[in-house]
Amino acid sequence: MTLELGLNQQPAHLRQGSSIGQPLTRRDGFLKVTGAARYAADNHPPGMLYAVLAVSSIARGRVASLDIEAAKAHKGVVEVMTPRNRPALAMDPDAKDHPFMFRLDLLQNDEVRYPNQSIAVVIAETLEAATEGAVLLSPRYEELPARVGLDDAESFVPRGVGVGNPAVQHKGDVEAGLKSARTRIEATYETPAQYHNAMEPHAIVAAWDGDRLSIDTPSQGLAMAQGRIAGLFGIAPQNIHIRSPFLGGGFGSKGMISGPQVLGVLAARLVGRPVKLVLRREQMYGPVGHRAPTRQTLRMGMDGQGRLTAIDHHAKTASSTFDDFFEPAADASHTLYASPAIATSHEAVRLDTGTPLFMRAPGEATGSIALESAIDEAAHACGMDPLEFRLRNYAEVEPMTGKPFSSKALRECYSQAAKAFGWASRPLQPRLMRDADGFLTGWGVGTATFPALMFQAEARAVLRADGSGLMETGAQDMGQGAWTAFAQIAADGLGLDIDQVDFRAGSSDLPNAGIAGGSGHTATAGMAIHNAGAAVVAKLADLATENKASPLFGAGNEGVVARGGRLYRRDDENRSESYAEILTRAGLTEVEGRGKGAPDPASQETYAKHAHGAVFAEVKVDPDFGQIRVTRMVGAFAAGRVINPRLVRSQYYGGMIWGVSFALHEEAVTDRRSGRIQNANLAEYHVPVNADVPSVEALLVHEDDPHINALGIKGVGEIGVTGTAGAVANAVWHATGVRPRRFPIRIEDLLA
Amino acid sequence: MRDFDYIRPASIPDAIAAAAEPGSAYLAGGTNLLDLMKGGVTSPQRIVDISRLPELNRIERLEDGGLRIGALVRNADLAHDAAFAKAYPMVAEALLSGASAQLRNAATVGGNLLQRTRCSYFYDTASACNKRVSGAGCAALGGENRLHAVLGWSDACIATHPSDFCVPLVALDAVVEIEGKQGRRHVTLAEFHLLPGETPQRENALEPGDLIVAVRLPAEAASFAANARYLKVRERTSYAFALVSAAAALVVDGGKIRAARLALGGVAAKPWRARAAEAMLLGADANEATFASAADAALADASPSGDNAFKIELARRIVVRALTSAQAGTPERLPALPASPFSNIPGARHDA
Ligand SMILES: Cc1cc2nc3c(=O)[nH]c(=O)nc-3n(C[C@H](O)[C@H](O)[C@H](O)COP(=O)(O)OP(=O)(O)OC[C@H]3O[C@@H](n4cnc5c(N)ncnc54)[C@H](O)[C@@H]3O)c2cc1C
Ligand code: SF4
Repeated sequence: MTLELGLNQQPAHLRQGSSIGQPLTRRDGFLKVTGAARYAADNHPPGMLYAVLAVSSIARGRVASLDIEAAKAHKGVVEVMTPRNRPALAMDPDAKDHPFMFRLDLLQNDEVRYPNQSIAVVIAETLEAATEGAVLLSPRYEELPARVGLDDAESFVPRGVGVGNPAVQHKGDVEAGLKSARTRIEATYETPAQYHNAMEPHAIVAAWDGDRLSIDTPSQGLAMAQGRIAGLFGIAPQNIHIRSPFLGGGFGSKGMISGPQVLGVLAARLVGRPVKLVLRREQMYGPVGHRAPTRQTLRMGMDGQGRLTAIDHHAKTASSTFDDFFEPAADASHTLYASPAIATSHEAVRLDTGTPLFMRAPGEATGSIALESAIDEAAHACGMDPLEFRLRNYAEVEPMTGKPFSSKALRECYSQAAKAFGWASRPLQPRLMRDADGFLTGWGVGTATFPALMFQAEARAVLRADGSGLMETGAQDMGQGAWTAFAQIAADGLGLDIDQVDFRAGSSDLPNAGIAGGSGHTATAGMAIHNAGAAVVAKLADLATENKASPLFGAGNEGVVARGGRLYRRDDENRSESYAEILTRAGLTEVEGRGKGAPDPASQETYAKHAHGAVFAEVKVDPDFGQIRVTRMVGAFAAGRVINPRLVRSQYYGGMIWGVSFALHEEAVTDRRSGRIQNANLAEYHVPVNADVPSVEALLVHEDDPHINALGIKGVGEIGVTGTAGAVANAVWHATGVRPRRFPIRIEDLLA
Repeated sequence: MRDFDYIRPASIPDAIAAAAEPGSAYLAGGTNLLDLMKGGVTSPQRIVDISRLPELNRIERLEDGGLRIGALVRNADLAHDAAFAKAYPMVAEALLSGASAQLRNAATVGGNLLQRTRCSYFYDTASACNKRVSGAGCAALGGENRLHAVLGWSDACIATHPSDFCVPLVALDAVVEIEGKQGRRHVTLAEFHLLPGETPQRENALEPGDLIVAVRLPAEAASFAANARYLKVRERTSYAFALVSAAAALVVDGGKIRAARLALGGVAAKPWRARAAEAMLLGADANEATFASAADAALADASPSGDNAFKIELARRIVVRALTSAQAGTPERLPALPASPFSNIPGARHDA
């Protein structure tokens, strides 16, 4: 075990540490497989009551009546919360102080704006009584016609898409580029509404003590949740303690506190007792976000060498009638393929749905499946191998901005994955490969990419006289392995073995770790941890190097390295001292350091920062039935420094399986008249099962990024979805000769 | 959930007496009933738990060469009974293609026959459904109905019966043994489920209190063991209901078809026995042309009930493939992906 850490945190001083880079298994794995991990809904404070939502079955209108008497008369029902008696809030739930403050349905009135919107909360001694109470409310409605599909409402150009990108952007002259092209393609692709469907439903256990509030709830963003609830209730954020040690998945749906979670807090306020509220599976289809449907049209022109002369990517999408989130699908065309002219544009309609939100690779996933399909069509139109075509149009600088990439090992990804997959023997024309059993076989490729984002995070580090260390940050583990990866970074940052480090996370009373989202958590909170470690080690080094009694006296910060709980003189490794000796001599029980993680504004300006990957997929299609099976996938990804290859690989696997799901399975089937989702359950909302993903391989491609952050970390959580969905769609085309233009690909689309 | 009485009778007569009261429902594996209760689709006032009645748990070989399967035999236990799987391979294959391992461990023979449709409007209590509320209308007409029936439907209901198990059973002339207030009676499975007509709320031949005690297979059902397949096309490789399925069984002698059985699943409110196709197969040469005309005959009366015309063509092709596979012979061992078109992928071939 060797760890060397220069105390001056320049990237050049960093080396592969003893913990970083190790394929450690999840530290929380044992707790989870034994059932000992306590999720939010596992909490039962004394005196707790159960709250159950009554939700709207109409998409639009108002609640005309609720039989509150009948519900209250049911044995065990304690209270029914409706707009009439809902405790006052300090803030209008429809207020929007900033773009990321999403409007919530908190029983502010009797209006209904989407199916499954909360219209009342029944609070009872038992879950069963509350459930029946909710049924007994027998709501009656005044109903208005629902607007359900992308053609059901007037479209407009949103002011911004995604996190505030311009809805319409261009560089160069796309029409001229298309006109000058030797070959052109144009195609329209449709993607459906999808729902996050985290295994763990949104759940909350809330308990008030005067003006103090204690909450157990899954959250991908503890400090944001704390701030939002504080604002709504008009109390200080410090008065709210949120515990979220484990999440059963989030995928973006737990990034912002949702309406039902706040209703749990309101219910507890109303009855003056702790309350638990857990969404039923079908209630997750509405108030907690979803991926909006899109219809995307791509036009591309190519010159005689297969070089793109123009890319025009237009996306139509939908938001709710009452809030703004616009899936930035067309922006996928900004970063991947070189072209002298690129135009992206969005239009949107307002539908009677819950507000769509971030869902794993928001915009990137929807945009990617359309872009990668269109690129495949373009390659075919040019008579080129789709990999060769991608290489021909390889972007040496970010196409839209002209900025250099901070690092980009995409060529390596293509070549490693193509080799592992055996791409070279692929016939150009479709429907030429059959296996021994007569199945149509097809191979497809897609390029994966995701921006390397960083947000803001803080961490606190402590070194103790007993030789151990403590690292605290309110980081969130959605299942991705944050407990483990951050502890690894902490151990190296503190110059300790990982088992000497007490790592604490998942609680709002710890330093703000920012959001576990945008694939930026490891980079952001990881840098905060790293810097906190450096700060505390620097303090310790000062104690030693300034003290004549220390063998390190006079070495100066630059002259010591921290390793295995000791500081060593860089120029003479025989001179060292343990942390415990240093602290004991100084008469201290501990020293503390703090660190922050944030993007570096200068390098933000200079560089385009993205992770990249290449995914190859093989599908088999039954020639008569059109039933599809993905038989093999190989992805290669370059995303900077890998903290833990085991965890990173499983993120890629998960992302790639989401890609299969996108291409072949997922779809919220919505009744075109009522707007109600018809398959709001895990039997009928299909995601892949094990038999759908026989062989998935993820290769980790080495990539040093000196600009991204001192640790060199990009993100890995979302990129796997991108590229893969397109690779599968392209493989289906290669197998069948039928170009999928709506997703998921349906059997009837392939029944020639 | 609404309060209900829970009764665990000690004997079949006690069970029947308890269930004869209006508002009663038998509880077997509960994999369908409990979901329906949680969703408010059905709200029985009395649950009669038959799951521990010992005499319903047996698989018995009958003196006449037939087989009697107790109503409480679990789907998994039946499929994994080696003698059963050998004699009725397409039934075992159908069972193993259904649901998931966990569900098959809980689901029973009787419950499988009586499972309700997966029509989403039947589950969505805010939608009109003639099956749920007689005379309310049918929201599936003009709605999201690409999975609905193409045979035997009416304007009152276009739902399908979702069972896999029932499809080979009806092909093999299975008989349902029912015990009620009037004693025991036998109804062929072909007559057990009812087409919707004007009364889609009436789904089968049971009267209030009637208990399925067993399903019988006649002696000749085993004569197809060498050439019998179940084939199920679905939207993911496992753990999905059939879009369309088919059970095909042949006795072939010198290239001529001496006996033929054919049934379709996922196409109608009942497991669909294709008798006209069987008649056409009988005595004909076992070849693709014959199978294709049989498929045409099987689907001759089919018509789309909505956005589901593709199911008719799909069904035709499935019939041809199922017959072809049956002719090719029952595989030595059940494939790892039972009933899947991909069941033959090399490497995936091991015991299910
Ligand atoms: C997610 C999911 C996926 C599924 N996928 C498939 C699939 O792919 N293929 C497939 O075929 N099935 C599938 N099923 C359905 C499953 O096979 C049935 O739920 C199961 O067979 C029902 O058996 P049970 O014993 O649990 O019945 P229960 O739920 O206990 O009962 C069902 C009904 O039958 C009645 N009943 C039960 N036993 C008797 C009896 N002996 N006499 C009279 N009445 C009785 C009950 O009162 C009730 O009305 C799936 C189910 C689920 C939940
Ligand atoms: S098809 Fe049948 S089950 Fe479905 S809504 Fe219509 S009546 Fe009800």
